[in-house]
Amino acid sequence: MPADAGGLSWNLAADLQGVLAYHFMVNAFLAGAVVAVLAGLVGWFMVLRRESFVGHTLAVTGFPGAAGATLVGISAVYGFFAFCVAGALIITALPRRRGLHSFSEESAVVGTVQASALACGVLFVSLYRGFLNSVNAFLFGSFLGITDSQVLVLLVVAALAAVTLAVIGRPLLFLSVDADVAAASGVPARPLTAAFLILLGLAAAAVSQITGTLLVFALLVVPPATAQLLTARPFFSLMLAVLLGLAITWLGLAIAYYSPYPVGFFITTLAFASYLAARTWRAGLAPHFGRPAAARGAA
Amino acid sequence: MLLPFAALAGMFSHPFMRYAFLAGTAVAVASGLVGYFAVLRSQMFVGDALSHAAFTGAFAALVVGLDARLGLFIITVAVALGMGLLGSRGHADDVVIGSVFAWVLGLGVLLLAIYTTERSTTNGAAGPAILFGSIFGLTAASAGIAALLALVTAGVLLIIARPLLFASVDEAVAAAQGVPVRALSLGFLALIALTTAESTQVVGALLLLGLLAAPAAAAQRLTTRPFRGLALAAVLAVAAVWVGLTVSYAAPRLPPSFAVIACAALPYAAIALVPGVVRRLRRRSASRIATEAAV
Repeated sequence: MPADAGGLSWNLAADLQGVLAYHFMVNAFLAGAVVAVLAGLVGWFMVLRRESFVGHTLAVTGFPGAAGATLVGISAVYGFFAFCVAGALIITALPRRRGLHSFSEESAVVGTVQASALACGVLFVSLYRGFLNSVNAFLFGSFLGITDSQVLVLLVVAALAAVTLAVIGRPLLFLSVDADVAAASGVPARPLTAAFLILLGLAAAAVSQITGTLLVFALLVVPPATAQLLTARPFFSLMLAVLLGLAITWLGLAIAYYSPYPVGFFITTLAFASYLAARTWRAGLAPHFGRPAAARGAA
Repeated sequence: MLLPFAALAGMFSHPFMRYAFLAGTAVAVASGLVGYFAVLRSQMFVGDALSHAAFTGAFAALVVGLDARLGLFIITVAVALGMGLLGSRGHADDVVIGSVFAWVLGLGVLLLAIYTTERSTTNGAAGPAILFGSIFGLTAASAGIAALLALVTAGVLLIIARPLLFASVDEAVAAAQGVPVRALSLGFLALIALTTAESTQVVGALLLLGLLAAPAAAAQRLTTRPFRGLALAAVLAVAAVWVGLTVSYAAPRLPPSFAVIACAALPYAAIALVPGVVRRLRRRSASRIATEAAV
């Protein structure tokens, strides 16, 4: 993408050196790694809990956050985190009716929150006037301007989230696999659900800064979904999701460096290709390799 | 007393406001009706995914030099049917939607980049217009087409409403009774796709979810009777569009898409939150009376 980036040769080492010659690319790789690991860990639970819609909504909530932060003149990073966590709290707090005539209001609540958040984003953009370029960066990502302090913030948030997830991981897995039995054996369902949503908000905000709010899914859903197709054992598939996310992000960044097109496209395409490959493997080849892997990571 | 009427007459003296109301009303009716079933069937995530597919479709058409609407309709319907076929029994699965959705959007980003680098002189505002709507920029012809298509969508939905309701409430029993459950599922996905394609012009690809979700959810809170709820959802959606457009006309700094979504979301928030608050206040005052009586 930079003007003097040079062409791609067949010498892999030289290409790698070319990619890492610029400080901003080193930052992009560092931030990408942090974000991919966090997305893999949190996204694995999200896919298991079938909460992709909530995940996407929280990611999108980052857009008005970033636009609002720019409007009042502070760094967009804080806007991303503040709004995504606020979105998680709102979705937890909103009432859901259960009962005889209940319909599943959850998806309606989430959809309304999402549209309202985006509408606020539109309002902030139109109040600010004239930063259409950064609107595209918020929505579709940019890896060119990642600063040292941004990497540090991402690292701190990811470390906090990972520690929290390590603490609540086991009961959360229990609750996600069988909510009724978990609740009956004394797992605190509501606090755990709320804590997980906040973690999801943090992860979505972190991923947004690399892929943009609209493409968070490429790292949050697809690597965990692929990993869960490939192995049924929770620990292995969790690790696989993290590694896949990391590989996809680094490869995507490297390709984007040598091409004029946005990084989001390469990351989503690599992710989708791995998902399709995993589906094909399971449908066609897995039966020939002895023990069939059960889906859904239920152990 | 005549002042509001004079202001209204002034508003409708602008052709662009008349076109906005024409297209907006028809699209709101379709969104309200389709949204009611989408909420009932918990398929809001499909609507979300399709609204983003609409963005990709519009840019695909623009890049090859066709009318954006053509791409919108073809791609959204194709993605809807594809997701339905990948999932089981014509339902799109959560993970399937998420994965397809991510990639379709990635494609959209690529197309946006190609379009803005190669054709930036032709129409620089196409991106924001597709994402966030351009209802005040409709021509007479495009408003007419949008209205016609929306009314056809609403009509088809009303024709299949009864069997679709049966299939949505109890799929197994409906299938046993000979209702073509799978065909209805796929047909309904196509209707969601058509509605998202139409409303992309009105509120934009990113905001149309509000017009699908909020009026329908509010209607389902207000009544449990399906056909009354269906009508109520359409009425609430139309009211949101009318009030939103008027507010945006009166206060030009508010973008029309923002005003429409706010007018759709606020009534739902009020309906969902107020009864609980009232109940809690009443309970608190009752307990206070009880303690005072005890003292």
